[in-house]
Amino acid sequence: MGDRSQKIIYAVFVLAVILLGWGIDNAYYLQMLIFIGINTLLALSLNMLMGYAGQISLGHAAFYGIGAYVTAILTATYQVPPLLSLPAAVCMAMFVAWIVGIPTLRLSGYYLGMGTLGFGMIVHIVFREWSSVTGGASGFVGIPPLTAGPLTFDSERHYFFLVWTVVLLAIIMCRRIIDSRVGRALRAIHDGEKAAAAVGVDTKKLKLQVFVLSAGMAALAGFLYAHLIYFISPGTFGFVTSIRIVTMVVIGGMASIWGSLFGASLLTLLPEWLHAFSEFEMVVYGLILMTVMIFLPRGLTRGLLDIYERYRKNNDR
Amino acid sequence: MKCYYGRIMAVKGVSLSVNPEEIVCLIGANGSGKTTLLSAVCGLLPDWTGEMEFFEQSLKGMEPPAVVRSGISLVPEGRLIFPPLSVLDNLKLGAYTMYKKKAADTVKKDLEYVTGLFPVLKERFDQPAGTLSGGEQQMLAIARALMARPKLLLLDEPSMGLAPMIVERIMEVLEVLRKRGITIVLVEQNALAALEVADRGYVFETGSVVLQGSADELLADKDVKRAYLGKDYGDFYDAV
Repeated sequence: MGDRSQKIIYAVFVLAVILLGWGIDNAYYLQMLIFIGINTLLALSLNMLMGYAGQISLGHAAFYGIGAYVTAILTATYQVPPLLSLPAAVCMAMFVAWIVGIPTLRLSGYYLGMGTLGFGMIVHIVFREWSSVTGGASGFVGIPPLTAGPLTFDSERHYFFLVWTVVLLAIIMCRRIIDSRVGRALRAIHDGEKAAAAVGVDTKKLKLQVFVLSAGMAALAGFLYAHLIYFISPGTFGFVTSIRIVTMVVIGGMASIWGSLFGASLLTLLPEWLHAFSEFEMVVYGLILMTVMIFLPRGLTRGLLDIYERYRKNNDR
Repeated sequence: MKCYYGRIMAVKGVSLSVNPEEIVCLIGANGSGKTTLLSAVCGLLPDWTGEMEFFEQSLKGMEPPAVVRSGISLVPEGRLIFPPLSVLDNLKLGAYTMYKKKAADTVKKDLEYVTGLFPVLKERFDQPAGTLSGGEQQMLAIARALMARPKLLLLDEPSMGLAPMIVERIMEVLEVLRKRGITIVLVEQNALAALEVADRGYVFETGSVVLQGSADELLADKDVKRAYLGKDYGDFYDAV
């Protein structure tokens, strides 16, 4: 994509955020949009790891949870201001990713999937069983709203703008990484680790770096989630969530930054729309996911672009 | 030196030397240990014993990135280009270690240089590398390796599956590179093509060097003729 079309897309994105932020008064809709933003961050973080570098993680919800729990414990139990708990939460997740990544990233393919799956389960159990600190299975109550100096983000509208500003910054950051020398090297690792090593890419180091970055972004999403809901429980950060993040990436489009946005939007909104089907909700949900994968195997973004291009070619004829 | 895959010894003790600005070829049948040897040199196969030196610097325990930085580039067997990435991105990846040295200008110059060697690559800059023909992919793999500014270029079966005309073109480029001061080690099953450009050669058989000598000697050698140059057994024995 050219520089100009990139700029247009960013402009459309910013405009849409502003219009939606000012135009919508319904608190429920605003909250839905906030969730889409948080899920976009999650999908984006996993897409860097899975879509670009080709490293599967089935335990991503663990980093999401670490971000949420670290800030919950610091702000509620120890009265640390959220501005300080944010770096703590992100650094904690990155540190854990670094420790876990060194042995785990030696694995690849299915084995890496299994390794990260096990890691996710362990973290989930820690959240549930370490009741004195995490509140255990009944959850953690009383997380304070987000404050930064004179600003308090306790209304939906304020939170909406906060989350989507973070999403925009994250998108810009990922875009810059992908377009750089490092981004090329990541895609090379995806294609063939041996070949990447043969041209001088330090594959071990780079995989670890992207894993740590990805964990940090997921923790940021967890931080935003905790201060939005004021309540967290282990169930939110379990295996199902990890799979949902993977689904967002695959449905939206692997190795596509805007695809993360589409995937997150669809997977957030779909369950809401499908309430009408009551007991058949999950059946329809599954059917839609299957249909997307069968007809648009490369994800929504790439798939829709392909359809558009085919349509244009037919019209030219 | 000896090389291992787990408990299997694939190279059973070979000793060889390459002089600067020389083309040396390693020939031998499948499974004789040529590729293994190259992998060991590049640090892709850490499991080896013995000694290996490059300009008086030991290569022991070196990881692939360090090997590339020290001036050794590999054109791997089967080319191993990055098919979904554009030709330009493939070349830029070859310069990965150069970018690290903040030498963006050098990279630009090198890009012009390698596309001068293989003009067809320039026409296809924005195309995904997977859409190139086999010969073009091989050229891309060589160009990619050159982007790291190697002093020593290792080529693993560059002629595999290519038309004789393209093999000839590639061998010509190797001679040009040698004239510009690059040392070349060429692993080939196509012994005739390899020996024609090489100065010296080593013949491998099941993990050992069974024969070595100048390219002309090897071309004339009876055993080499019989085993690798496709001379008929019958002819050979009649002549004896």
